[in-house]
This record gives sequence, structure tokens and C-alpha cells, in this order.
Amino acid sequence: MQASFTVNGTPRQIDVPEDMPLLWILREELGLTGTKYGCGVAQCGACTVHLNGEAVRSCQVRASDLEGAEVTTIEGIGTPENPHPVQAAWIETQVAQCGYCQSGQIMQAIALLQEFPVPTDQEINDAMSGNLCRCASYPRIRTAIHLATSRMGGR
Amino acid sequence: MGKLRTLTRRTFLIGSAAIAGGVAFGAYMVMRPIRNPLLDGLAEGEAAITSYIKITPEGITLITPRADMGQGAYSIQALLIAEELDIDPATATITPGAPGPAYYNAAVLAEGTPFPAYDTSTLAETVRDFMSVPAKLFEVQLTGGSSTVPDSYTKLRTAGAVARETLKEAAARRHGLQRADLNTEDGHVILPDGARIPYTELAGDAAKLEPVTDLELRPAGRWKRLGHPQKRLDMVAKCTGTETYGIDLKVDGMVHATVRANPGIGGGIERLDSAAAEATEGVMMVLPITSAVAVIARNTWSAFQGANALDITWGPAPFPADSARMFEVLEEALGNEDAFDHCQRDVGDVDAALQDGTGLTATYRVPYLAHAPMEPMNALVTVTETYCDIWTGTQIPLFIRNRAAEMTGLPADRIHVHVQKMGGSFGHRLEMTHVEQALEIAIALRGTPVKLVWSREEDMTHDYPRPAAVARGRGRVQDGKVESFDLAVAQSRMTSGWFTRLAGMGIPGPDATITTGSWDQPYAIPNYRVTGYRAPDMVPVSSWRSVGASSNGFFHDCLLDELIHEAGADPLAERIRLCLDDTSRKVLEAVGELAQWTGPHVGYRHGRGVGFCMSFGVPCAQIVEVTETPDGIRLDRVFVAVDVGQVLDPVNLEAQVTGGVLFGLGHAMNCELTYADHAPEQSNFDSYTGLRLYQVPEIKVKALSNGPRIRGIGEPAVPPAAPALANAIFAATGQRIRELPLNRHVDFV
Ligand code: FES
Ligand code: FES
Repeated sequence: MQASFTVNGTPRQIDVPEDMPLLWILREELGLTGTKYGCGVAQCGACTVHLNGEAVRSCQVRASDLEGAEVTTIEGIGTPENPHPVQAAWIETQVAQCGYCQSGQIMQAIALLQEFPVPTDQEINDAMSGNLCRCASYPRIRTAIHLATSRMGGR
Repeated sequence: MGKLRTLTRRTFLIGSAAIAGGVAFGAYMVMRPIRNPLLDGLAEGEAAITSYIKITPEGITLITPRADMGQGAYSIQALLIAEELDIDPATATITPGAPGPAYYNAAVLAEGTPFPAYDTSTLAETVRDFMSVPAKLFEVQLTGGSSTVPDSYTKLRTAGAVARETLKEAAARRHGLQRADLNTEDGHVILPDGARIPYTELAGDAAKLEPVTDLELRPAGRWKRLGHPQKRLDMVAKCTGTETYGIDLKVDGMVHATVRANPGIGGGIERLDSAAAEATEGVMMVLPITSAVAVIARNTWSAFQGANALDITWGPAPFPADSARMFEVLEEALGNEDAFDHCQRDVGDVDAALQDGTGLTATYRVPYLAHAPMEPMNALVTVTETYCDIWTGTQIPLFIRNRAAEMTGLPADRIHVHVQKMGGSFGHRLEMTHVEQALEIAIALRGTPVKLVWSREEDMTHDYPRPAAVARGRGRVQDGKVESFDLAVAQSRMTSGWFTRLAGMGIPGPDATITTGSWDQPYAIPNYRVTGYRAPDMVPVSSWRSVGASSNGFFHDCLLDELIHEAGADPLAERIRLCLDDTSRKVLEAVGELAQWTGPHVGYRHGRGVGFCMSFGVPCAQIVEVTETPDGIRLDRVFVAVDVGQVLDPVNLEAQVTGGVLFGLGHAMNCELTYADHAPEQSNFDSYTGLRLYQVPEIKVKALSNGPRIRGIGEPAVPPAAPALANAIFAATGQRIRELPLNRHVDFV
């Protein structure tokens, strides 16, 4: 099937099977490999992107859901030269170990801070516990979220 | 001091074999210098003064041969070179280099010697050093065993210093000066008049000189980078989605593949119906290969869909069908004379001592565990008539090169292994089944690049897991003290099967991993014995982060905790009293101070447990604090003390320690591979999770530097976590849990 949608503000047209997940469309059709495959079944969060402003697991979004949608990936929120404040907090806190889960962690954290600019630990737990980190960088993820909060005008 | 100097000298000689042109050490093969691979393909004006540094007019390249799986090896190796070379590592190009014998790992075999790590006697040290000889002969270029830092510490700093001094010599000759009057800073040689000559301008001259090797390494007190908080060189890329892992690679004309193999590893294929798979949209072909079926498609997702559509009847695996029978096999081996493997610790008269005093007997068990790194196994392979390229994240590039040469019939120098950044490993990438599969497909499709990606399900069910193991502990206490300790452990062999997969030959003799982490603990218990029993091979198994200590740390420290309780002694004070190693004792004392230890009971349903294990030469003590809530056990706080001899980057050390602790806790809480019908019952993160953020306790880490040798920190924080948690649960609830995962007996909130 064909679909037209935007990714990081750029209009894209695709022609793929209708049940092909957004994850693989991004990675292999559009060449945006910052979004990662970890489980394919909504259990790890490595594939998290924003769909119309909400954090979603891109492994669960089908091509048939994409017509007219606005998708934002890790590549669309900041660059090495000009990182998003949440990315900057991640870098300053030295969060990543293998780093494979971190695109998803960061996309989830940005969505959290959009909803709760000054999240409580409970709100962080609720929002972030779907994102696995097998290297267990969790303490620094929490620290970086608090740091980003203060940077972004929160507490 | 005399001894230390000899050792340093010897390490230096080995480390600079390629530089100095030969080492006087043992047999001819060992004396023969290893060719510096960077000398091939150098142009005029370029220098490769050592195998680790290449300087061209365009810039400086550092070769960091140990693989980065997330543990920070990439940065730390660059930092070791940069410290002596006097450059900012962020300005250099850093690559793992092509695999080659110049990059053999001398430290990895040293831990397999029959001496506990705290034994620094001349004999123990000599044997450890001697292990670098087989490492060199067998071209053991692998990353593992927390060996990167111990192996690289002197080698890479020496490489940096040799290059620096040779560049200074080049500048001295050019300007008619003495080398001793010159300085270096930030990639420049500084002349006495303050003039600055970039290294890149001196490369051509330096290449014509004999490398300068009469030099001394800078003492830690003069370090500018090492020992101070560092920013990891890969951090920005990893936080902006711009790091490229093996799974992200793309080359022109590439096809995508996945495989479906028998989850009963070693069982064959009885029947295959591939019609539905072949009819799946995007699937190009179905190709049966050795013990698996490959699906080749236009993209990975179509390959996965095709694999799901395969209709296969698997043959039975050559091991018991289910977990119940597997544990029976382990228990049959336990204490069975015919299954005796080794006894490296037998102090006092244990049998006689077990007759006196108050005693206890307890049995313990731990499950098979998957490695489950976040990035599933993958490999991109091209095979043509004349060459073979392999791009993959691996800890064993030379074994892969050799296997590819066998499989393709190409000479080894036509095989190029490009080691990729890895999304975790935990030991999974010490195996190469996925690379062999990709090679087989690429040989069939000669000329077409093949990118093989395992689905998460394939990855988890075709892992060579951490072996399950059982143990029986017995002991006696008297007058408030632990007087005798007898531990027997049974497990299938691990090392031999692994080496057979890698090199086609087993390792004869006892398998030390059966008791690593229990026989070698630094305690002076008057009657003290640890015996390993070898159960028959069952599920093929492999190294899992912290290897033997991942099980033995649990067995040893839980038994010790039970005996201390039986004696009525304090869990921390009695461990300290029994400890015979200074470095370890200080670690135990430090964790007590950090936690402000007052005993195991801190309040109503609120308890603390101590865990200690010395692994890879690193003593690590942990105190875990938990509360029993109406909904289950809550992890409150963890205190950790550790001694790596010398801290190179305190920021990364803290990350590795907290990561290791949480990795250990998470698996202890809720991870196991159970088997039914010859196959693992867990295949994805729904049923095999580890820790999630809401369960993460507060963690405080204290790093000490009293140890006599520098050590790696990727693994040693893992083993004490499980026993500390089990012991804490006992303190809070009175319930002794002797089996992992703990959620078989308690819930966690
Ligand atoms: S890949 Fe989508 S949640 Fe794991
Ligand atoms: S950093 Fe490795 S999985 Fe999160």
C-alpha cells in the first residue's frame, strides 16, 4: 500500500505491505537507523518514536496507520552539534553504556517532560518502566531526567 | 618492589614485541617478533611507530583492539594511549583495527591459573605471566574476562610513550637538539624556544627511526587524563541516535536474511515445508543451511514474516527434554565420585570437623540464563571468489577470521573482519553461530552481500546460556564462629564446549569455571573445602557476564551467610574476621562504613544482607537493604565497595559497578530459561526481563585503590548482588531462599 506522512518534518511517501511496522519502515525504507529493534512486541521500548506528538512503540504502528501522520524520531529532535536539552542532559550525565536502548529512552523521556514538566519519581517510574536497559543505566536515566527538568525551566 | 619491577619489565617486553623487534622469553615461537600490521600500506610521510598508533599528515589514528560492548573499552583504550602520547583522544580517529596476532590478549588466560587472585606469591605471579605465552601462540585476540584494562594498561601506555619519544627524537634530529630538552603537549612536540611542531608533520621523519624504547611510564601522580573523570568518546553519538551498530549497516545490493534453527540446539530438521514462507510478500528465497533454515528477503521484516511462516518439525535435541530432568542430572552428579572434576581448596580436615559443633546442610540451585543483549545477533557478510568481508559486533574477531577461511577456502589474509560497535553482549558475542550462518548464506549467494539479523526470539532461544548449576553446602559452627565450610558444586562443562565451537577442539582436563567464584575466596576458615563435579553435557552453554562466579558467588556467599547466622555472629563482622586478604578486608570494612552498618535488622520487616565475592581479582562487597511490603519485597538501597587496584575513569567505573549490581539483582529476581520439549520456554522480554526502572534502588558506590594489580570492572560487581539480596530477604522476612530466580518464592514490587 501507499502512504504519505511526514518524518521529522519532511514529507515521505512509501509503498510497502500494509502491516509493515513503522520501525522497519524507518530503519530499512527511510534509512533512519537511530530507532532500534529490540523485541518487536512492545516489551522493550528501544523503538520508541513520537507519532502525532505521543510516544509510541514503532514496532506496533503499521503502515496502514500512517497516512497523514507526523512522526518524529531521535534524528529529528537534535544533532551531535545541537542536541535537544534532554539529549544534552543525557550526555552530561554520561548515561549510555552500550547505548542501544538510549534513543528509545530519550524519546520516552521527552514525551514524559512534555506532559509533566516537573515529574515526580512516581511519574518517571510510570512513564519509563516500559523502556528496558539491559546494561541497567537506570540510575543515570533518572538523574538525567531531573537535570533536563531544571534545564528546561522546570524545578 | 624487586618483584614488581621484574613483572613490569616482562609485561613491557611482551607489550612492545612489535616495536622492539623481539623478546627474550621462552621458546622460539614466542621470541619471534609479531609483525606490526600497520606497516602494510603506509605511504611516504606516514608512520606506524607501534601497532597501536598510526600517524599521517592528515591525523592520528589509535587502534583499540578490544571490543566495546558498552563497558567503555573503546574510550579507556584510547585514553591509555593518549595519556602517554599527549594528545586529546577526542581529536584522534579510533578504530578497532583489523584483527591480527599483534593484538593478542595476555591477561585473559591469567585468571585460569590454579591460584586465587589474592595469591601474589612468586609462583602464582610467574604462572600468570606465563599464560601470556599460549595467548600469543594461539592468537587469542578476544575481549572478555574483564581483561581489557589489565591487558592494555601497560601495553597501550607503552605504545603511547614509545610513539611520543620517537616523535621527539625526530624533532630533535631535525633541529639539532637533544631529545631530553624537548616536551610534548596536545599532539605537538615543544622545542626549548617554545616552537610547536605537530606530530603529523613529524610522522615521515619518525618512520625512518628505530623506535625509542628506553623510557619510563609516567607514575599515576603525574597523569593528566587517567584517574580523572572522563567523558566517554562515544557518548554524544549514543545519545543522538548517530552511533552505528552492526544491525544498522547497509551496503549496495545487500539482501536481508534471518534464520530459524532448532531451539533444541543440536537436534536436526525432520521435515520442512517452506511453501507459505516462499509465498510471503518480500521473501526472495528459502535456503536450508546446516541445522537451520534461512529466509532471504527484501527487508528484515519480510524475512521475519517468512520465517514465521515456515512449517518445520524439529528433531529431538541431544539433551534432556525439560528442566526437571536437567536438574535431576545435575543432582546425580553432585557428590558423585565418578563425576569428580576438581578440588582446588581443601584446608584442614573437613570430614572430621563436620562431626563437631552445630551444623547445617543446604542445597542451592541456579537456572540457565540468556545473555539477551539489547541488540540481537547480526552479521553482514560478502563472499566473492577472491575475498570475504564480515561486519559484525564480536569479541572474537580472529576466531571468526579463521572459521571464515575454512568455510570459504580463501586464505586468511583475504578475510576482513570489521568489528562493529555492539548493543551489549554480556558474553553472547563470544560465540559465532550467527556469523557462520551468514557465511553459509553468503557462500550460496556468492557476490551478494547478506545481512543476517536474528529476531529477539531467535536470539533468546539460540543463545548458549549460562549453565544451570546445583550445590550442596555443609558446615559447622562453634563458639560463635564459622569453623568448617564444605561446598560441592555440580555443573556441565562450559569452557570445553565453547572452545570446541570456536576452534574445533575441546579443552582437556578439569573445568575451573565449575567452582570459579567459590574455591578462590579470601577466607581463612579452619576447615574449608570446595569441590567441583562435572555433570554430563546438556544444553550447550557459554560464558555469561562474570562466568563461573555468577553462580558460585551465590552458592558460596549464601552458605557462608547461613553459617554465620547459625553461629549467632554478625554477617559483616564475621566475614571481616575470617578474611585473610588485606585488600578484601578493606573492601568489607568500607561497605560497612558506607552503609553505616549496625546489623542485619534495621526495622520491622526491613533488613539488610551482605554479599561478597572476589572475581577477576576484584573484591566487591555489597549491602542490599529491602522492605517486605504487603505486595512484596521492595529494594530500598544498595551499598557497594570495590577495589580495582587503580581507577582509570571514576565516571565509567561507577556506571559499570551500578550496571553490574542491577544486572545481578534483576536476573536474581526474575530471570531463568526453563525448558520444555527440548526448547527454552522464554523467548522475549515479556518473560525474561531483568530489572525495570521502577524497581531500581538507590545505589552508593565506593571505589578503593589498595589492590596490588590493576583490574577490569565490567564483571566483578555482578556476583555479590544475588547473595546480598537473598541474605537481605532473610534478614527482613526470616525466609531463606536457596534458589534463583527469587521470584519463584517471593514477589517483588
Ligand atoms: S522493539 Fe518495539 S518495544 Fe521492543
Ligand atoms: S545502554 Fe545498553 S541497553 Fe541501555
